[in-house]
Amino acid sequence: MAAVIPATPAPPGAPRPAAAPAGGPDPAGPAPALPGRVLLDAAGAAPPSARARAALLAALDEGWSDPRRLHAEGRRARALLDGARESFAAVLGVRTEDVALAPSGTAALHAGVLTVARGRRRTGDGVVVGAVERAAVLHAAEHAVAVHAREGGPGGPGRVVVPVDGQGRVDGGALAEAVGRPGVALVALQHANGEVGTRQPVARAAAAARAARVPLLVDAGAALGHEAVADGWDLLAADAADWGAPGPLGVLAVRPGVRRAPVAPEDEDRWFPGGVSVPLALAAAVALEEALDAAAAQGVARRALVDRLRARVAAEVADVEVVGDPVDRLPHVLTFSCLYVDGEALVTALDAAGFAVGSGSACTSSALEPSHVLAAMGVLTHGNVRLALPVGTRAGDVERFCDVLPGLVAQVRSALGATGL
Amino acid sequence: MTAGGPAGGEPTVPGDAPSGAGDLGETVDARGLACPLPVIHLARAAAGAPPGARLTVLSTDPAALVDVPAWARLRGHTLLATHGWPGGATAQTVRLGGAGSVS
Repeated sequence: MAAVIPATPAPPGAPRPAAAPAGGPDPAGPAPALPGRVLLDAAGAAPPSARARAALLAALDEGWSDPRRLHAEGRRARALLDGARESFAAVLGVRTEDVALAPSGTAALHAGVLTVARGRRRTGDGVVVGAVERAAVLHAAEHAVAVHAREGGPGGPGRVVVPVDGQGRVDGGALAEAVGRPGVALVALQHANGEVGTRQPVARAAAAARAARVPLLVDAGAALGHEAVADGWDLLAADAADWGAPGPLGVLAVRPGVRRAPVAPEDEDRWFPGGVSVPLALAAAVALEEALDAAAAQGVARRALVDRLRARVAAEVADVEVVGDPVDRLPHVLTFSCLYVDGEALVTALDAAGFAVGSGSACTSSALEPSHVLAAMGVLTHGNVRLALPVGTRAGDVERFCDVLPGLVAQVRSALGATGL
Repeated sequence: MTAGGPAGGEPTVPGDAPSGAGDLGETVDARGLACPLPVIHLARAAAGAPPGARLTVLSTDPAALVDVPAWARLRGHTLLATHGWPGGATAQTVRLGGAGSVS
């Protein structure tokens, strides 16, 4: 069988690797849903396409060996791994050696924050973050400040959490002001929020970071593979699960000149000790190339479907709040909250009706905090439904979802005796 | 702590209000209840109260900290104050909007 990705560097724009073996499934489009099921929860785990699945199987045959070994099998695995990195580097516009692969998106974000904070510890302990960053970023920033306090070094503002407005957009002026303070080692801002879809002021953050000579980490999770991610970053982290890769993989790209220091014990894989699964890395690269091929058309199609959902949900569901920026947003993400509704009960009712959706509510256990994104925005956290439309979502399924939703909301509401309030 | 009723061992009527809590109006005890029940109980009390009335909801659910102000915003009420309450609860006081309310 031919190598799935050539071992020699492929220039951007080169023909895409053909991954599907002859006689395999149709190498286009998403994997079929279970019969009668409609998946509207593709954030963090999108159904792998037939092409990505075929690439994974082919890479298992070719790249099962340890890429650190010197024998022919190991070298073949190494070539596939290098091919995956080359593919990511071409997509991100960086050199292959500037791309590191992580076992998960969370690991990529943790390493991005912690290694820069440690590498720049002589600058101070400041890590500036948006209030609606992923939990991995918020926790890593907190951890970096604690490590700094333990190891000693010049002070600074510590973790600075920049507030958001009611649509979930980080205050660009406040962020720029925070980055300009002395003692800031890193600023982290997402391209767009994966829960509510709102795009963030990355260009403004990049200008402020450049002026203050502070590196900017952009979390491109939820966006990469779905729409163009703005330039201007010094580090970029992404999560392959968000673009339909068949398993977990994180990508961390770092521009030359960003000062970093490892935070883990010494290992051949300096930034992510132990390395990653070669077949998963290769399948993730194929899945990203496929997602990018379809991104323009799928962006337009899903943007229109989310517009339709926003309009119908707001008009037809009683006491609902559709949140996030209606226009300046990701193409495929939508969140709304229903007053007097138990979010988990609504997810279960929709599931029984054939629709898979997510939720940022945490009503079933008082030990769980509700979505920090909804809380930072000051919008209802209960009765929350979070949609991320996978590639190939059909208009008819969206209409059927809108048809059944008002009745299910009323049913869950009346179960709590909350009718007519 | 579990949903569905007041926490075990907690009094089922409000304790003494901390000093400086101000005029609480009618009190709704939703301690020990998980979301969305604190907001539902508050809304029930609001349905039977005149515009301009004050209501205070006591809760232990972290979601209430966000959801009570959001409910007030959606319903045209005003969140007046948020206080800590003995026993680790939170007291949130709202003034009901509507005709005749005093701003």
